[in-house]
Amino acid sequence: MKQIDLVIIGGGPAGLSAAKMAAESGLASLIVERNFNVGGQLVKQTHMFFGSEKQYAKTRGIDIAKILVDDVLKFPDLIEIMTDTSVVGLYKDKVVTLLQKEKYIKVKTNAIIIATGASEKVLAFENNDLPGIYGAGAVQTLMNVHGVLPGNDVVMVGSGNIGLIVSYQLIQAGVNVKCVLEAASTIGGYKVHASKLKRLGVDILTSHSIKKAIGKNYLEKIVIGKLDDKWKFIEGTEEEIEVDSLCISVGLSPLSNLLSMIGVDMKYVSTLGGLVPLIDKNHETSIKNIFVAGDVCGVEEASSAIVEGYLTGLVVAEKLGFKHPNYDELYLDFKDQLHNLRSGPFGEKLRLGLQEIMR
Amino acid sequence: MRIKEHPILKFEEKKKLSFFFDGKEVYGYEGDTVASALHALGVKVLSHSIELHRPRGFYCAIGNCSSCMMIVDGKPNVKTCVTQLLENMVVKTQVNKGDIYEAN
Ligand SMILES: Cc1cc2nc3c(=O)[nH]c(=O)nc-3n(C[C@H](O)[C@H](O)[C@H](O)COP(=O)(O)OP(=O)(O)OC[C@H]3O[C@@H](n4cnc5c(N)ncnc54)[C@H](O)[C@@H]3O)c2cc1C
Ligand code: FES
Repeated sequence: MKQIDLVIIGGGPAGLSAAKMAAESGLASLIVERNFNVGGQLVKQTHMFFGSEKQYAKTRGIDIAKILVDDVLKFPDLIEIMTDTSVVGLYKDKVVTLLQKEKYIKVKTNAIIIATGASEKVLAFENNDLPGIYGAGAVQTLMNVHGVLPGNDVVMVGSGNIGLIVSYQLIQAGVNVKCVLEAASTIGGYKVHASKLKRLGVDILTSHSIKKAIGKNYLEKIVIGKLDDKWKFIEGTEEEIEVDSLCISVGLSPLSNLLSMIGVDMKYVSTLGGLVPLIDKNHETSIKNIFVAGDVCGVEEASSAIVEGYLTGLVVAEKLGFKHPNYDELYLDFKDQLHNLRSGPFGEKLRLGLQEIMR
Repeated sequence: MRIKEHPILKFEEKKKLSFFFDGKEVYGYEGDTVASALHALGVKVLSHSIELHRPRGFYCAIGNCSSCMMIVDGKPNVKTCVTQLLENMVVKTQVNKGDIYEAN
């Protein structure tokens, strides 16, 4: 059996940052990533990021991914990366089963950081399984990674930041965005993103949602309608729109199934996106030496995923006997950065959610 | 449909790869997944639901939802959104649960 001090599951911003900080402390790790390349959600994000300079604000997501990957490649002796490899089993005695090209590999480790990110939620409506209906992130992958267009005419469901950003990226790629639907009475995402769309003539219809999709083998039309304040369709407000693609962007939920599998204490917290693990202040779960970082313990942003990664990498290394020379200073700095990222009115729901999962 | 011009990204012409889709020889490019290559060719129906045989396309593109499963080189239930396209691959639309020893 392969033996390594630390296994990091997921090579997104959280996993990469954790590996870097562990390596700076002198601890060796293995990053397991099921995709062909590391970088997580960042590899498809062509827009510039918010946040402060420490978390690479004003840099495009794809470029942040490059910076994080380069950081990790600086430690070839301490960080091993396995791509195209999924973690399919986790056991309490810290044995991890990997699946790589139809081969199972077992790894024995002392600590695990789970940084598997989140997956897109689906929305219930008639014929929601027709081909041509996609998650917004999927469309982003198709366009920005593979250079393939989803279709000609699109409607976006959801006006959170992801819905707004992907709508803008669809237009950049040459697709006609007919409108954005938002069930709530106000736009969910930041004003800058919404204004950009409005300037391009895209209507953002608040208090509206999709009622059903129509099509034989794939999407041809949708029926939308206006909602009352209880989110019920108001009769007589239906309208048909011809589209060949529909993007669903109604939030993400943590990819926490590996955590359920190993039996850590979990809780459903809607403001964090769904089922999340209970954690202590250092991101350790109810099982000793099993840590979490990034969207998997509450859907936030790349900026916080990066800092959470640094924090857990630092702490895990110290626990295993590799204390970073600047441990105290870094620890306080990371805690401080997380605090700042979550301050202000936009962070309020998140702060309450995070309180609920503190052990 | 492939993106030709983009304000931020560059899509360079990559090596053409030929493969077979439901018996016909078609083309994709290096770096494609099976699903992205088919999508570029206008193929949206990749799979069918097991009970009602409703058509299914891809939904998540990251291997989470199992909505894009096809028969690839004789193997059923392959998630085509995370399967890299290779020269001469034989890809077929799946209409059932998938037979293990499906011949090419
Ligand atoms: C359209 C869009 C716009 C965004 N804009 C911003 C922004 O402006 N600013 C900002 O700060 N954030 C933004 N974000 C959010 C940000 O991208 C995420 O919060 C961040 O990527 C989370 O990082 P992570 O490392 O936790 O997870 P991810 O980036 O999702 O990475 C998780 C990785 O784990 C891998 N994985 C999962 N399961 C397994 C398994 N079983 N075995 C092996 N590997 C596995 C996945 O393949 C993935 O690579 C945006 C997100 C989207 C979709
Ligand atoms: S589209 Fe979801 S698994 Fe392929």
